[in-house]
Amino acid sequence: MSWILAAPIIIPFATAVLAFLFRHGPEGRWLSVLGSAAMLIASIVLMTHVLDNGVVAAQMGEWPAPFGITLVADLLSAVMVVITGITGLAVAVYALADVDERKEQLGYHALYQVLLAGVCGAFLTGDLFNLYVWFEVMLIASFGLLILGGTKAQLDGGIKYVTLNLVSTIMFLSGIGLLYGMTGTLNMADLHSAVQNVENPGLLIVVAVMFMIAFGVKAAVFPLFFWLPASYHTPAISVSAIFAGLLTKVGVYSLIRMFTLIFTTDIAYTHTLLLWVAGFTMVTGVLGAAAMNDFRRILSFHIVSQIGYMILGLALFTPLALVGAVFYLVHHIIVKANLFLVAGVARRIAGSTNLDHIGGLYKTAPFLALLFLIPAFSLAGFPPLSGFWAKYVLVKAALDDGGYVIAAVALVVGLLTIYSMTKIWGLAFWKPHPAGVNPTLSSLTSKDRAALLSPIAVLAVLTCIIGLFPEPFVQFAERSAEQLLNPEAYVAAVLGPDNTSFAEGTE
Amino acid sequence: MELLVAIMVGALVAASVHLMLARNVLRFLFGLILISNAANLTIFVAGRLTPETPPLIPDGADAPMVDVANALPQALVLTAIVIGFGLFAFALMLVYRTYQNLGTLNSDEMRLAEPIEDDTAPVASKSYIAEGKP
Repeated sequence: MSWILAAPIIIPFATAVLAFLFRHGPEGRWLSVLGSAAMLIASIVLMTHVLDNGVVAAQMGEWPAPFGITLVADLLSAVMVVITGITGLAVAVYALADVDERKEQLGYHALYQVLLAGVCGAFLTGDLFNLYVWFEVMLIASFGLLILGGTKAQLDGGIKYVTLNLVSTIMFLSGIGLLYGMTGTLNMADLHSAVQNVENPGLLIVVAVMFMIAFGVKAAVFPLFFWLPASYHTPAISVSAIFAGLLTKVGVYSLIRMFTLIFTTDIAYTHTLLLWVAGFTMVTGVLGAAAMNDFRRILSFHIVSQIGYMILGLALFTPLALVGAVFYLVHHIIVKANLFLVAGVARRIAGSTNLDHIGGLYKTAPFLALLFLIPAFSLAGFPPLSGFWAKYVLVKAALDDGGYVIAAVALVVGLLTIYSMTKIWGLAFWKPHPAGVNPTLSSLTSKDRAALLSPIAVLAVLTCIIGLFPEPFVQFAERSAEQLLNPEAYVAAVLGPDNTSFAEGTE
Repeated sequence: MELLVAIMVGALVAASVHLMLARNVLRFLFGLILISNAANLTIFVAGRLTPETPPLIPDGADAPMVDVANALPQALVLTAIVIGFGLFAFALMLVYRTYQNLGTLNSDEMRLAEPIEDDTAPVASKSYIAEGKP
């Protein structure tokens, strides 16, 4: 059982070592694809196991639960790992044609696999300090990927990304220290009961807000998102895509985990704060996107705005809202990574991501236009694509809860999302190319075309499937939300059925 | 003892915030190093400080006889120091390469990734390059 849980972490690490050894030849990139495929298979095995058996947990090194490091997978963790596998494989295939040899020799594929390992580790760990370690693994790999190539814009964006993320890391670390001082445990399942016994609940809220800030920086929520639009448009397209798909979502996942499992002692305060954050995140993100004039920069700001929807689901904290949040997470990762991949193809054949310098793609590359339309409409929430159901569930949850203002905000932000998507559509696809060239997909070699377009097509088909047959996905999200709101199964899986807590309490 | 370390943590955080508010990226980095040490000390204090009482369990007993420091936070601090060292080595190299390539350490002048698009001139500010040199 422990192998099933550890495999999605071990496989990318092993692949990273191999890919580093073979970084000078073409083997490296194929190892990366193979490793990602193996990870996807491992994640699907884990998923079926969780679907059959409920929450599964394994103690690393056979140390019993609150003392050792626990790996634990409930439905949310499992689905996040599966999505990591899907996007990981898609971007690894895309990188075959996108990443040049120089970056490969500098160790692109090894860093990429370490990043995937860090992301999976963060999703699967059941220990707070271990979560910090996985964040660091993920961070250091992302630092490397972000500045690989070393252009001036990359270094500039890198400075902002690195410094602000380090601040958040330190906030996270201090929060861990203070929480341990108060409860005497770092095991998340153990903390669930240990926080009830804290002498001074006010201090607990302070620590909760520290965690909120730390994960808020990672998730790029309202006052803390400035590093994201400064850096995400600078590296190679495949790096942008995997960052856009996965990294901020690790922050959202951690917020959901912490604020459903541990910090539920004062929901009136913490979750109201999250609600305000969600509203401002949606609005500022979409307004920022409206002001941009570059394919990737528009998409970067849209990450921020979409994060707001997921936080909204967490902030409302009703069963339906959490269903929406989980559904949104899954849908968004696929759609957002895909849009960045489309931007990469557009740059490849039209020469730029600046919307003033490209155009005419609809006329000369209609297939690409179709592949853009699907994720773009899904992002904006057009029926019958996946984004529609995600937004529908969230807005319904807000209305049921009496949050008419936040529901209106969510709808208006959806409208403004359509505005930016039409802007990209109009300027990149409809307008004639300013330099008079006719960008076509046949200008790519057939090998490049297959590597670039097949992941986009597969992700687009996934978006359509989720949109056309939402029932099983919503049911899954319902089960997952139920687990989040009733963490007894999670706690029992980690600590054993008798639920013994070894927390020493406060002194 | 705990109070003393707590005051020290406060002083470190104050100094680091002062440094991090500077436009010079190198100063920011120094602030970051200070605040990370403050965080490490916080964890250290969280596990109690008991000078001259080693956390040893005598033969035949299951728990320490007297109140001793918790060894776990100290292990956590060690991990955090090692990770932090790696990150700061990276960050320092990044700042150095940025200085080489962009010719500035002033964060206001680092606008390459997000160029100012309108016609208004960038906010004039004194350069920190000269100040940064010995």
